[in-house]
Amino acid sequence: MEILTARMSPRTRARHPFLFKTCLILPEATGLRAATLPQLARLLQEVPEGCIYHHTHDFVLSHHYLSHEPTNDFAYWTRDVLGEEALSRRLAELDIVRYASLEALRETVVRIVNEYLQHHPLSRFKFAGEGEEFFFVKSIRVIMPTRYTASTLAEFADGLQRISVHALYFHIFGVRLGRAAGDNDVSNWLEQELGESTLAKEIAALDPYAHSLEALRSLLLSLISQRLQPVGEMPDARA
Amino acid sequence: MPGLEDYEPLIGRSAVEELQSLAERLRGRRILCINATRLGGGVAEILQRMIPLLQGCGLDIRWDVLEGNEAFFSVTKKLHNALHGRTQLFSQDMFETFLAVTEQNLQRMRLDADLFFIHDPQPVALIQQRQKLGGRWLWRCHIDLSVPQQEAWNFLRPFILQYDAAVYSAPAFVQQLPLRQVLVAPSIDPLSEKNRDMSDEEVRAIVGHLGIPLDWPIVTQVSRFDYLKDPLGVIDAFERIKKSTRCRLVLAGGSANDDPEGEEVLTRVRERAQHDPDIHVLMLPPNSDREINALQRASSVIVQKSLREGFGLTVAEALWKAKPVVASAVGGIPLQVKHRYSGLLVHSVEGAAHAIQQLLRQPDYAKTLGENGREHVRHNFLLTRHIRDYLVAFLTLGRPEDVIQLNGSEPKEEPGLVR
Repeated sequence: MEILTARMSPRTRARHPFLFKTCLILPEATGLRAATLPQLARLLQEVPEGCIYHHTHDFVLSHHYLSHEPTNDFAYWTRDVLGEEALSRRLAELDIVRYASLEALRETVVRIVNEYLQHHPLSRFKFAGEGEEFFFVKSIRVIMPTRYTASTLAEFADGLQRISVHALYFHIFGVRLGRAAGDNDVSNWLEQELGESTLAKEIAALDPYAHSLEALRSLLLSLISQRLQPVGEMPDARA
Repeated sequence: MPGLEDYEPLIGRSAVEELQSLAERLRGRRILCINATRLGGGVAEILQRMIPLLQGCGLDIRWDVLEGNEAFFSVTKKLHNALHGRTQLFSQDMFETFLAVTEQNLQRMRLDADLFFIHDPQPVALIQQRQKLGGRWLWRCHIDLSVPQQEAWNFLRPFILQYDAAVYSAPAFVQQLPLRQVLVAPSIDPLSEKNRDMSDEEVRAIVGHLGIPLDWPIVTQVSRFDYLKDPLGVIDAFERIKKSTRCRLVLAGGSANDDPEGEEVLTRVRERAQHDPDIHVLMLPPNSDREINALQRASSVIVQKSLREGFGLTVAEALWKAKPVVASAVGGIPLQVKHRYSGLLVHSVEGAAHAIQQLLRQPDYAKTLGENGREHVRHNFLLTRHIRDYLVAFLTLGRPEDVIQLNGSEPKEEPGLVR
């Protein structure tokens, strides 16, 4: 790959074009609700994987423009409804995009809640009022192609400017979850098709919590721009 | 009426393209929306805005309204209240009236569609003729079903179970049923007369015309005059605030065509308010959107102290105008108001009084909450997001997978398809 990288330039044309897709979420109610932490821990082990996605990834997507919100629904509920600040902080530290599977993420959330209950036994008696329980919701992920494709780095930047935040989140973070990924991993494509291994690593290291998604888009474009500037290939920014 | 492109400055080109792409996949399918009224209430308001936009996207979609007599709407109002958990007395005659009017509508209406999109309980029993009519059926429930009176629920449940899927506004409303139950929050239209931008001069002129002085901060609740909106509780909260803070209270609302109880509630509110010149009770006629827009913009705090709530569109309207909101933590309101971030959630008259007073005394905090609220609405509660969710729901009917790939045009289902 290093040899390949050395031979390629930002002008390189991919043999297989990158197809931008978008991922729209339809939330599905499960009818399951938890009023206490033990109920939360128990139901967390039973609910479909789509619930884990909804309360973590979809939460980030729905609140991406807020910079000081909790990073997932579990952190929000335990703080604002149960008043469990310490548990909320621990859950907020979860770096959800580093988990390659929703199962692994589920196990970690369950472990954190159970460990907290072991150390704070009285917390098992706190309960949410009617209507403020934790309602388990499942995300149905609907993936469809956009009209944008890219065969060069400049075309990739152009597509990146035009796609929605849903598409952006899907390609940068959502695809890390194997089942929805298919062959649309941005980093893989940049590395294997264009030899942009450094850029690919920078993108793989991006953090969804440090920026709003629009700020993240700007950051990505800036990284690509640095690669393109010497050859003057950066497309004009659209109004 | 605005077209989809008119929303582009608010939501971006990419979001418009996503909507067009979804709509293209539904071309050739006939969609029929049915509800109980063309005027009054949030459902009619949403459909009025949504149908032309969807038609503009190339969808073959139309809207029809159930016809009923006074007796029928009296029964449906009781059903509505009972589903919200208020005890109602039913007789067999009432259920027979409901079914007889359903039958009349089945005879009268043009029911040729590939997808029937049925709103709320009034037309729910039209599905009795699914075998004959075919197509996919989607039931849209705009009300809170969390603690329904069993008699009403037992009557409606067999009809609901015949649908392919049901749509609710919030997860708290959902009963466990053996069918797919999706969540689609309602929305506001940022380009409507009720939500469009308005100059300060225009606001002052309209509010002045309504007889509301602008001398003191205004606290407003905009809602139908309905016990479930608790206008008397708002007056209780206001009376507590007035002991230490000078302000005015505006209770503004109207009555839906299918709500015979509104007059009774209005009379009780007027009786309570008649001795206090700082309480302004406005019974607004339908199509008072311009007045509501101005009242919300002239207010320092917007209240929505509902006891039960389907969604509470007035909360999103206020947030879109960057107004701080004090609202009950019921129904869909917690989805719109993140407590201490985009508004304050309350659980009692005392809590409402305390929260309103806090916002009146801390205008910078109130401003921050309002601005956050506007962004929350921009991303999650505008009409365009609502349309997107419905299009996705239409496209995924009959597909049980959790991850669904849509590639190119979706095949049209065979006419007369029956589950």
